[in-house]
Parts: sequence; C-alpha cells; structure tokens
Amino acid sequence: MSVKDCISKICPSATFEEGDILLVNVPAENWRKLAEELKHNPELNFDVLTAVVGMDWKESLGVVYYFTATSHKWEMLSVKVAVADRENPYIHTVSDLWKVANFQEREVYDFFGIKFIGHPDMRRFFLRNDWKGFPLRKDYDANPALNPIPTDDEKNEDDTISYVEQPDGTIKGIPGKVFKEGDYVVNVGPQHPSTHGVMRFRAAIDGEEVKKVDVVSGYIHRGIEKLCESLGYPQILHFTDRMDYMSAHQNRHCLCMCIEKAMGLVIPERAVVIRTIMDELMRISSHLLSFGCTAMDLGATTAFFYGFREREMILDIFEKTCGARMSMNYNVIGGVIADLHPDFVKDVKALLAIMPERLKEYHKVYSGNIIAKNRMVGVGHLSKEDAINYCITGPSGRGSNWSNDCRKKHPYAAYDRVEFDEVLLDGCDSYARYMVRMKEIEQSCRIIEQLIDRIPEGDIRAQVPKIVKLPAGHWYTQVEASRGTFGVYIESDGGKTPFRVHFQSPCFNLVGVMDLCCRGNMIADLITIGAALDFVIPDIDR
Amino acid sequence: MAVKEPSIKSMKHEDFKDNEYIDKLVEELNATGANVMVGKLDQLINWGISNSLWPLCFGTSCCAIEFMCLGAARYDMARFGFEVARNSPRQADYIMVQGTIVHKMAPALVRLYDQLAEPKYVIACGGCAVSGGPFKKSYCVVDGVDKIIPVDVFIPGCPPRPEAMFYGLMQLQRKIKLQKFFGGVNRQEKIQDFFRKHPSEAGEY
Repeated sequence: MSVKDCISKICPSATFEEGDILLVNVPAENWRKLAEELKHNPELNFDVLTAVVGMDWKESLGVVYYFTATSHKWEMLSVKVAVADRENPYIHTVSDLWKVANFQEREVYDFFGIKFIGHPDMRRFFLRNDWKGFPLRKDYDANPALNPIPTDDEKNEDDTISYVEQPDGTIKGIPGKVFKEGDYVVNVGPQHPSTHGVMRFRAAIDGEEVKKVDVVSGYIHRGIEKLCESLGYPQILHFTDRMDYMSAHQNRHCLCMCIEKAMGLVIPERAVVIRTIMDELMRISSHLLSFGCTAMDLGATTAFFYGFREREMILDIFEKTCGARMSMNYNVIGGVIADLHPDFVKDVKALLAIMPERLKEYHKVYSGNIIAKNRMVGVGHLSKEDAINYCITGPSGRGSNWSNDCRKKHPYAAYDRVEFDEVLLDGCDSYARYMVRMKEIEQSCRIIEQLIDRIPEGDIRAQVPKIVKLPAGHWYTQVEASRGTFGVYIESDGGKTPFRVHFQSPCFNLVGVMDLCCRGNMIADLITIGAALDFVIPDIDR
Repeated sequence: MAVKEPSIKSMKHEDFKDNEYIDKLVEELNATGANVMVGKLDQLINWGISNSLWPLCFGTSCCAIEFMCLGAARYDMARFGFEVARNSPRQADYIMVQGTIVHKMAPALVRLYDQLAEPKYVIACGGCAVSGGPFKKSYCVVDGVDKIIPVDVFIPGCPPRPEAMFYGLMQLQRKIKLQKFFGGVNRQEKIQDFFRKHPSEAGEY
C-alpha cells in the first residue's frame, strides 16, 4: 500500500498535493491521531522529524512538518496543519513522539504564538519573555518603541506553562517550574569562552554531577528569516554565509539549489563540480577548526595551532578564488560568481599532498593522548535510537552509528559520481564524534582528489534574469553541511520576494541533546560534550 | 587629538621647556658612570599599557573566528602584546566586540563593560558591531554597539581581515599613547555620566 492510501485510510479528511515531496493537508483535530500512526505504523514508519516550519498564511496560522522514513529509502513526506483562530491558535504537540520537536515547537511558539497542547515546557526560545508580539506573523508591529533595547537584566525564566486538553474539550494552562525546589543551579554563559559563542546553559547539579541542563538560547538571534521576507532572492543569499560561518559554502549551496529547483534552472557542469570541491574544502576547514577548539576546551592549546596551520592554507585557496577568507559569498543563483583562480588546482593539490602526513601528526599530538581519552571516551553517551529521535545528523549522529549522510541518501551536485565512504563509528560518545570528524577529513580529501583533475570546461553560471521571480509554491532542499543536514524551505506567492524562508539548521538539533548527554556526567564534562557536538551558535539562533 | 597645554599657577608655561638643569644633571651622572635616562611618567605608563593590551574573549559570531586566527601562529598577536585573552572582564583591558549584538545580549554587554577595570577601551569589530551590518533592519538587532557603550575604535569589514584587526588595534595603541595618567584619560564616557548611571559607586566623589 502506498503512503497516500495508508494516510487516506487513517484520516479520510486528508487532502494531498503532489510535488517532489508529497504534501498532506490535515485538519488540526485529526493531526494527533495521524502523527501517532506516522511514527508507529510499520507501513509508514516515518522515524525522523526532519523539519518543523511555522507558517502564517494570513487567513490562518499553521505548521509544515517534514518527515523522513529511514527504513523506506529515506522517503520524505510533508504534512500541513493549519488553524484559523489567530487569537488562541492551538495545535497538538508531537514532542513526545519525536523528541526533536521539543525545541522546534518552542521556536514556532516564539515566532508565531502557536501554542502546542501537551508540550511540557511552552516558553519562548529565542526572544526574551517580555517581548511584545510574535515577530514572524505577517501583521507584526515592528515599531521599535514597542520593543526598545532592554537596559535591565533578564529575569531567570523559572516559570513555565503547559497546555492540557480537558475531557470537555477546553484547554487549560498548567503552570510549572523548570527546576525543582531546592535544586542547585549553576549558570554557564552567555559570555563564556567554552560555549563556542553566546550560548547559555543552566545546569542543576548534585555535587559535581549534572542533573538537568536548561538551554537558554537567542543571544545572537538576528531575525534572518523575517529579514528574508523583505528582500529579493539574490539579496537573501548572503545571510546563509553568516549563519553557520563554518559551513558557508554548503549553506549557500543549499539555498541556491532550492531557488534553482523552483526556477527549473539547469546548472552548468563546471559550476556543479566547483561547488562540490568548495563544499568539501569548507568541510575540511570546519573539521580542522573543530579539532583545534575541542583540544583548546580541554586545555591543550598546542593542538589549536596545528589545526589552524592547515586551515590557513584552505583560507588562502578561498581568498584567491572568492576574494574573502570568510563569508565568501561564492555561490549565486545559477552557478558561482567567479571562475577559479589559475593557482587553484596547484594549491589544492599542495593541500592534498600534505594532509595525510598532518593527520598522523594530529593523532600523535592529541587523539592518542591519555588525558584527551579520559575526558572523552564514554562521556556524553548518545544511543542510536536517541540520535534518530532527536534528529542528530552529521558527524555527531554518525558517531552513534546512525547512517544519515545526505550526500549518500539524497545525492546532489557531483556526489553521485565520486567514491567515498560514510564514516560510521559505534562509540556513541564524545570520542567517537571527534574521531568521525578526523576520518571525514580523509574522505573529503578523497572526494577532492577524484574531482580536481576533472573540472569540466565551460560556463560557470547559467543565464539568470536580473530580477528573480519564483512561481507560487513551496520547496524544500537539503545538503550535508559540516555539522549535519541543512535544509531550506521556501514558500513563494509568485512575487519578487519570498513569502517565507525557513532554515533548518543542524546545530539547532545538536543543542537539543545537551540535556540528555550531560545528565549523570560531571559539570566539567558539559564543556567537553558541547565541544564534541560542535555546535555553532549563530546557526542555532539564526 | 590635541594635547592640551598644562596650566599651573606658580609656573609659567615657558618654564616647562627649560630643561637645562636636568640635562646638566643627567650629563653629570652619566659621566660618573650612572645609567640614567629622563622621560615623562606618562610616556612610561602609556608604553606599558599600550604594549600589553589584554582583550576580553567576547566573540558572538563570525569575527570571533578571524580573531582566533590572530591568536594562531600565522598572524600571532603576541608580537604586539595582545595575546593574553582573558575570560573575565576584571582582568581585561578592552572589549573587542566581534559580532552582532542583539537585544537579548545588550544588557550582558553593558554589564561586561561596567565590570572592566579602568582604563578600559572598546573596539567595535566588523560591520554588525559598527552599525548592525547586514542585519540593521532586523527587529532585534542593536544597530551599532556605540548606541549602548562608548566605542574607541571602529574596524569595518565582514569580517575584517586579520591585518585590518591589527590596524584597528594599533590605532588603539596610538590613542593610548596620547593619554595622560593624571587627568584626561582618553575615554568618551565622562566620569560624571558614569556616576549618574551608577549612584551607588559615587561615594564622596
């Protein structure tokens, strides 16, 4: 039985829209029943909640969910749930079925004010509790007088609320507390050198043992998704370089691919190969930085210098071709902005020639170090089931032996014509995550080696009109960024600017497992676990 | 920046330039084998401060990664005495704001600034810290850190190259070399303004 028939049987009122990903429209009252079936029915078995996109269609508010079925060839499905009530919109939660929805639904509440029935902790995620209005609604009042720059310190958000449906159908808010009475809470951040940016954790500890971690995010929430709605398509590209700045090429590649898919544009072969090589160079540079920072968080400053030595070589390659060391702004709609520098092939080959030797050096300096092993082996356990439930993609998920590489599952660009192995380790701990990164550097080198001599001649970009307009509709694309699967959702109403853009960042999910991974470990290991998960904060906050 | 002429009631301004007797004294001492050098106390203090500027680790986004490159071997900011990046504002000399400051972070930044010990300086590094950069029109971005704390040096760029960061840091050094230890510290926030905002600190002042 096809997915469509199966869903029609469970929920006869559902309607379908065909596309590259099947879309199901479900009335809000039937959503919970369908969600349970999607998760547990063996014929559907959509075990990964890939993306949660809050929406404001003006006449209604709602959510678009994207699911992936790992057991059915990574087939994807999207479900649209809408409610007409703008004053008190309620949708049933799925955070108990897919744990990743916990933070995702809090984000939707923060942006759109949609309250999720049964969600255990319905607080704002990015903005302060005293923020007035829901910024991504179309009728949001952006008057700066309403929300001036705050001068007072933020109150600790200990009060939370959970909405429960009563037997008679009414919905009641039940207040609760984040921490229990008598918990000893230690605050880490937002200005803390080892949180890799401005992230704040509040950890309840018993002696040195962590009992619970409350993630307080939003210290670098820049409102990119709202900004995109007022800019044309070529103008929104540069935001992606500044979200996860260590995956600048991949993120931008994803957004370009999404727009190209919508336009039906075919990319010249030369641009496809250049993009692939650039993505892999970016991945190496990101993993080198991650290696250096993980080491530095454990107090090993020397390893940091080793990692940055090779990273500078990659930055030089980027600078020659793209004109910048960071925030390269290289991919554009239809291809890439500039042709390769004459030295490109020579420089890349020089890098490939030294990398195997240098990797050995890293392992000698750091990976085999007894202190590093004691701090990382067996610390921050994340089982494969949890990795799938929390949608931990990328090297962190592969350290828990979950095969989730988007380059293998949904091949894009030139990945279907190169040979490489998906690195999988079954340590399920910080050390496994760290080792996956080191081994991925080897694989990235392998991909580049296969492509560097086979860059086809030809155009570097397709002909694209000056003003890009997309037809009405919606699209979702994914790429494998340095830290996991990065997704872009675009909805267009046919105009020059997008109606809604959503970036599904891998780091957002990574920070969601901090609580799970840190429980039972020492407070000092909170830093190691964070370093090995390797999240980039502007990617979480967007 | 002009250096003001000092005015002291009991001494004419021209007399400041009459250093003959000091020169004679130095000559005499040098002749007998004593190694003596004369200079201004300000010069000594400013030489010390400007060559051991300790930054506070305060990176919110992309610029922080470029700042890490400054710390690594290729750019090596230890050459200028900037390398001792501190994690506590109480041990640091200046904040280099690397990245966007959003509404939620603003009170934390002001608090960090207040916690820095005098003399303290602020560098706004990168487009976001200078003016809000590409996120200027956002609903929750502070368009320029000079809206909330006084800034000494602005470094434009997105992100600035390491060389540009060095240039900015050296501008700060130049600025420090002109300040006077006894009065006339080179800061933009007037001390009275500070005490008006923090009445409990004022005491007898």
